[in-house]
Amino acid sequence: MSIELLGKTNIDFIRLRKYSFVLSAILVTLGIIALIQLSRGQANLGIDFAGGTSVQFKFEKPFKLENARHALEVNGFKDSELQQFTDGNKLLIQVKKSTNIPMGKVADKIVAIFSKEFADNKFVVDSTTEIGPKVGKSLQHDALIAVIISAIGMILYLAWRFEFSFGVAAAAATFHDVLSVLGIFFLLEKEVNLLLVTSLLTLAGYSLTDTVVVYDRIRENLRLRSKDFLGDVINSSINEVLSRTIVTSSTVFLVCIALFFFGGEVIHDFSFALLMGVVIGTYSSIFVASPIVYEWRKGKKVRIRTKR
Amino acid sequence: MWRSIQWRAGLIVFFLALSILFLVPTLIDPLPKWWTKVLPAEKIHLGLDLRGGMHLLLEVEVQKAVESALDKYASDIKDTLTKKDIAFNQVDRTAEGKIAVLLPDSKANDRFSQIRSDQYANLKVASFREREGKFQYGLEMNPKEVKSIEESAIRQGLETIRNRIDQFGVSEPVIAPQGENQILIQLPGIKDPQRAIELIGRTAMLEFKLVDDENSLEEALKGSIPPGDEILYQKVADKDTGVVTRRPFLLKKRALMTGDVLTDARTRIKSDFNEPYVSIDFDARGGRLFDQITAENVKKRLAIVLDNNVYSAPVIQERISGGKAQISGSFTPDEASDLAIVLRAGALPAPVKIIQNVTVGPSLGQDSIDKGIRAAMIGAILVVVFMAVYYGLSGVIADWALILNIIYLMGALASMRATLTLPGIAGIILAIGMAVDSNVLMFERIREELRLGKTVRAAVDAGYDKALFTIIDSHVTTLITAVVLFQFGTGPIKGFAVTLSLGVIINLFSALIGTKVIFDWINFRKQLKTLSI
Repeated sequence: MSIELLGKTNIDFIRLRKYSFVLSAILVTLGIIALIQLSRGQANLGIDFAGGTSVQFKFEKPFKLENARHALEVNGFKDSELQQFTDGNKLLIQVKKSTNIPMGKVADKIVAIFSKEFADNKFVVDSTTEIGPKVGKSLQHDALIAVIISAIGMILYLAWRFEFSFGVAAAAATFHDVLSVLGIFFLLEKEVNLLLVTSLLTLAGYSLTDTVVVYDRIRENLRLRSKDFLGDVINSSINEVLSRTIVTSSTVFLVCIALFFFGGEVIHDFSFALLMGVVIGTYSSIFVASPIVYEWRKGKKVRIRTKR
Repeated sequence: MWRSIQWRAGLIVFFLALSILFLVPTLIDPLPKWWTKVLPAEKIHLGLDLRGGMHLLLEVEVQKAVESALDKYASDIKDTLTKKDIAFNQVDRTAEGKIAVLLPDSKANDRFSQIRSDQYANLKVASFREREGKFQYGLEMNPKEVKSIEESAIRQGLETIRNRIDQFGVSEPVIAPQGENQILIQLPGIKDPQRAIELIGRTAMLEFKLVDDENSLEEALKGSIPPGDEILYQKVADKDTGVVTRRPFLLKKRALMTGDVLTDARTRIKSDFNEPYVSIDFDARGGRLFDQITAENVKKRLAIVLDNNVYSAPVIQERISGGKAQISGSFTPDEASDLAIVLRAGALPAPVKIIQNVTVGPSLGQDSIDKGIRAAMIGAILVVVFMAVYYGLSGVIADWALILNIIYLMGALASMRATLTLPGIAGIILAIGMAVDSNVLMFERIREELRLGKTVRAAVDAGYDKALFTIIDSHVTTLITAVVLFQFGTGPIKGFAVTLSLGVIINLFSALIGTKVIFDWINFRKQLKTLSI
């Protein structure tokens, strides 16, 4: 027993690049805007990067969000953000603006306020996070350095295994994906935090694998059909691996769906980023990475090196 | 062929057994006695985000240690000048980290110069001015001394905090220096995080200071504090209402004695009020000093000051020679016991500032694990079913490779004593996605080859051969990324990189050997006409 979703396809992906480049340009621009806004401190930067305090409560009984908000405002926490999880009467509070209260005391103060406000509704503090602004800065810096160095390493390996243009195009496609998801998060005003960085790294890894698989087939076909047009070779390569791409993406998608719906609030945004990443990563290896190689190579007569 | 199959199967079974061996402590609890004697007993370490606990990053304010060294110099110079009857207008530490000395005439200047080069040669003259017959010096410590004070502040701070935590009783704490002037602390499974913060973050500078009864407290509160005095407060909690008020004291700034002469501190209970207090023992020098201080100041009040808070200010009734004292205040038993701990462990040479505090309650940690495991199970089942439906018998073989993969990965994590965190689970998901992908790649290739009309055996061989390089390329690229992230990333990124690199390496093994051996075995047993793929 077995099924085959896709038979032999013959889609002209290279011709479609006019449209895909426009779409990708929009996505990447969005991502770049998000990045600029982030560095200016205008976006929804999580407290692990921006510094601040977050406290998560779990109440015994249902509570009114307005009461909590009001209690905080009265007691001098005007700029706090409240988020309610109906699942298990949970409440997440984030205070980003630096207050006069020293580190280590903000969470304390909030707990004290709530003990008074919700005297008849017992609660436990599920988690507290307090991060000084300096730590946030150094985390940002470290994450950036790590990402840049790994991108360079990846380009070098692909340049050695394939050709320089492949390496650069793969890196471009990977950054395209990361920026797109970042842009979408920015549009939805979701929080950019360390967990999002982890999910961006995960989807970068996934997208990269996808791209390498397509490249491998292009390389193989270029060797077999060195007299054909580059566009045709790329097109048929993508078509040949299309069913694999769809199958793999579906399985990863299934896992992410499960995480999204059943994984709990801690990894909710994380799995959302992965879901986006799977879709965009699959799209980019077909519509971005390979067309870039085509654009790069089409003017030149030289045969592509096909080292194995 | 048969030899090769046996050999590869043997390898698979060997690694499987090894992984299970390392996984047993995680799965079975408690372990039988005979097991722990010879076999690995380490469980998979869970990060604080999963098991609950507290992660603190402290910054040691080293400049404060330097300042207090300068203060010591300043008061030492003052003492010497007074003793030798040398007139001076001012000897003080300035905000710029220097000691300003102002002398009224050239006679004083000559004698001071002599003393400076004899006794205080390590203080450099940074500035010197003569104006209207007065002589002004700016003295500073040499950079080497400053550096060594800073270094020892961090070293001692680390040691003191370790002592406090040990006495507080936390299992498997991590206390490590980080960066130039930071201390990283991880306390897994801590139940009362606020109390731990109080205990760790407290400087615990114990001082004995005389209450200045000659000058008026009211005048001082209005703003005219007599020179050499200061106002410190005592927190008084009303027993019935619980309202805390601050009671001011006018104290002589100079500490007669500090906590470094302590040898022990214990909690005791006052029998008549059932109220806890802390009894402290001095060493020989401290005992003599205390004896002398109490003898000289009978009928005066001696304030016991901890971190600039007055705890009590009893009147000295008579000379105390036993080398013992007690600190009372309205303590709860926990407060008294924590105070005893910090006094025993000693003061921090410089105050610390909390710059990062991530605390995860045990219930949230457990919740994350439960939900994460459930979600991962559902995801895994979906994938397993999908593969079996889509690729038939071959899909089942791929599922077997998938399960093999997960067992290997968990075994490897346990054996390497790596810490599993939430981002680490993300790494595992990516690795498993890649494992599925490897099989899909091969199967699609085999299908292609079958479509060309090859025999099952030829198609399988060709499919594997052709997919091989793709799999290696995609895995190596990912491995490069993962290794770099491990090398340069911190915290959560590192956790992600560890599981991803392990997963990728294991994938390569199970994708290239795990499934192929089964296909080979089937082909060896029977000449297949068709393949369920």
